[in-house]
Amino acid sequence: MIHVTEVLDSSVYDAQGNYVGRVRELCLVPAEQPNRIARLVISRGRYQPLVARYDQVASVAPGTVRLNAGELQLGLYEPNEGWLTVRKDLLDQQIIDIHGRKVVRVNDVGLIEQPTDGRMELRVAQVDVGLVGAVRRLLKGVAAPGWIRLLQKRLPTRVIPWEFVDVIETDPLRRVKLKLEHSKLARLHPADIADIIEELTPAERGAVMQTLDDETAAEALGELKDELQVRILEELDKERVADIVQQMPPDEAADVLAELPAATAQEVLEDMSGPEARELAALLRFEENTAGGLMTPELFAASESSTVAAATATLRESEDGVDSLDTIYLLSEQNVLSGAVPLGRLLRAAPETPLGGLRTEQLVFVDTEAKEKQVIDLFDKYNLRSLPVVDAEQKLVGIITVDDVVSRLWQAHR
Amino acid sequence: MAGAQVKTWLAPVLAQRRRLRRWRRQLVIIFAVIGPGLITATVNQDAGGIYTYSLAGAQFGYLLLWTVLPIALALYITQEMSARLGVATGKGLSDLVREEFGFRTTFFLMLALLATNLGNILAEFAGVAASAELFGVSRYIAVPAAAVLLWLLVLQGSHRSVEKIFLVGCVFYLAYVFSAVLAKPDWLTAAYHTVRPTVEWNASYLLLVVGLVGSTIAPWQFFYLQAGVVERGVPRVRYWETRADLLAGSLSCAVIVFSIIVACGATLHQAGMVNLRDAADAAHALRPFTQYASALFAFGLLTASLLAASIVPLSTAYVICEGLGVEASLNRPFREAPTFYSLYTALIVVGAGLILLPGTPLVRIMVLSQVVNGLLLPVVLVFLLVLVNRRDLVGEWRNSSGQNLVAGATAGLMIALAAILAYWGLTGLPGAK
Repeated sequence: MIHVTEVLDSSVYDAQGNYVGRVRELCLVPAEQPNRIARLVISRGRYQPLVARYDQVASVAPGTVRLNAGELQLGLYEPNEGWLTVRKDLLDQQIIDIHGRKVVRVNDVGLIEQPTDGRMELRVAQVDVGLVGAVRRLLKGVAAPGWIRLLQKRLPTRVIPWEFVDVIETDPLRRVKLKLEHSKLARLHPADIADIIEELTPAERGAVMQTLDDETAAEALGELKDELQVRILEELDKERVADIVQQMPPDEAADVLAELPAATAQEVLEDMSGPEARELAALLRFEENTAGGLMTPELFAASESSTVAAATATLRESEDGVDSLDTIYLLSEQNVLSGAVPLGRLLRAAPETPLGGLRTEQLVFVDTEAKEKQVIDLFDKYNLRSLPVVDAEQKLVGIITVDDVVSRLWQAHR
Repeated sequence: MAGAQVKTWLAPVLAQRRRLRRWRRQLVIIFAVIGPGLITATVNQDAGGIYTYSLAGAQFGYLLLWTVLPIALALYITQEMSARLGVATGKGLSDLVREEFGFRTTFFLMLALLATNLGNILAEFAGVAASAELFGVSRYIAVPAAAVLLWLLVLQGSHRSVEKIFLVGCVFYLAYVFSAVLAKPDWLTAAYHTVRPTVEWNASYLLLVVGLVGSTIAPWQFFYLQAGVVERGVPRVRYWETRADLLAGSLSCAVIVFSIIVACGATLHQAGMVNLRDAADAAHALRPFTQYASALFAFGLLTASLLAASIVPLSTAYVICEGLGVEASLNRPFREAPTFYSLYTALIVVGAGLILLPGTPLVRIMVLSQVVNGLLLPVVLVFLLVLVNRRDLVGEWRNSSGQNLVAGATAGLMIALAAILAYWGLTGLPGAK
């Protein structure tokens, strides 16, 4: 293992053993190969820097780089957007540690030496984020390399393998050239993605959001604080916002829309399909801190006279919101709420039983105008996982689920 | 399509939303104005600062009042650069120094900041000790109690409640304004000297001018302010709110400095009590003139010291960990951010501990901390100026040539002042003999 700190500013000698210059920069060309040090930029004082390709490098040792080509065979250096530069793009910059699920700062980059066809190829193996890299940076050129190596054996190491490193690049064009996808990031749990997004700068957040698919973006966004959600959405273009908002649960989507500037919210709603926009706009009518503002219209309701078999059949066909389903709500004529059947009871009952016979002894529900505190009290008192919400005519309009109550409580607590 | 149809029935809903939003936005704006700028500027009036202002009033009466407005202007200009840098890049100052100047530069800057801020923390605890003794409480009780209280407050209290306490703390600075009024100053003369510069070419006068600048514009505040601005996540379009916040901060700073100089000028200077050993001495010396002013002054000193003692260690630990790339967050448990918590604790323990050692020269510490502040300030200002002029970092948000001229002149003046301050630190102080 050799470190970038040891290679940078090393003296470079050509095939004849003549001094060429010093290593200024190490570059990867991700379009050719993902982790090979493909170019060495060699500075020569006042002259234009030279570039050595990976197959022109014979050997690399701390402080000394030997080439297998003459100085005249080296190309002149021109900045290239498609090269990932180690010193400028990686050292001291923040990266996403996919494995540790957080944002960290790079102290050094570890390279492995791979002998190929009698020359030495360098491959990026890991990123050093711990004390060792810091000490190496600090002592470079001050203490002898041998001493530094001796010292670093005694220090704890903290490294991230290169395959778990996600480089943050905010310029979309350059990202394409560098083949930077956040596909690794997208595999994380949305809550972890949200934690990472919180630590990024606005431009970086935008870049990450661009690469996530609508569904992941919506889920990650749902885990963020309201102000941050709005700030991120305001930076994206309207159509993309509509796509993302459409993937959010209606209650969260309504919260987000309520926070966005009215003009933006309107554009987003117009970009959405008719029924969904109508559903959202209905939720927008409610005050934020009331049962109406907390509820989601996604629920499963059935007539009290229908049988277990019929209800199960309908459930099997439905698509949305099945994951969080725990209760089936019963409706009498005119959609008036008349009971609740926990899913467990449904499973244990005979197929021909009417749903009305399975309802819980007590039916707890609230009015859309009920205050948040009252809702939380009910959840606490009756150990609820969901709470039906009715309008003035006792018609079922939505439910409040326990996860929303928990996040409200947590926000209030913090 | 559906679009047109949606529009008609959507209108009333959106109109209602808009009203709600407008109302809420007004609240938000008020809150934004009480933001990082106001907190930073107020916390800056710490024990060392109050001593310097008292001394200025006691020795020269109203003569130095003319420095208040230019200093407030310099404070605003330099802070605005830092805040703009934060809003444009979304990064803290230590992050930017690290990314643009490399590890080694950052390391030594952080080392200098650590040393400077330890001096500041010592000065704050010295302020706590002195003001507590004015109220008849022994420093051996007050300082440990304050240290434990601050430590618990930050580590156990959540971030938001801590910020609320700080905001309340800012209000207590009004104590100085009241003590100025109670001192029954000659307002007309005070106003006259505020706008008409009087320069006396003697060492103690010039050195006090240096002291006034050095204690008002402290280097640590740029790191704290920029981190606060970034954390608040002010969007670019609402940057004017931050500006208003900074302006409010600079103005409130000017009012406090003015009040202290006036209070001491109207009483101590008139009575010929020109030698003060520390800020508490000023409160003590005020007693014969008006008892309430003295009590208010002492109370203000206590709050100022406590407030600064709670923010400076935290900000130091935060900035150093961020710059060196070590996990730093109040929202993480100890084992995930051990360096951060250890550093924070160590700063408080060392700061409070040294004050309690018998024979610690409190005055010397307070003055020395101001000197070190003055030495580090130009360094930080140069970093700021370089960064805020980088087109690739801040784009069209970089300094205009006019801003550069004013900020550069400020920095140049600071460097000259720092040189004088260093000389002052080496050769001894005219005021502290």
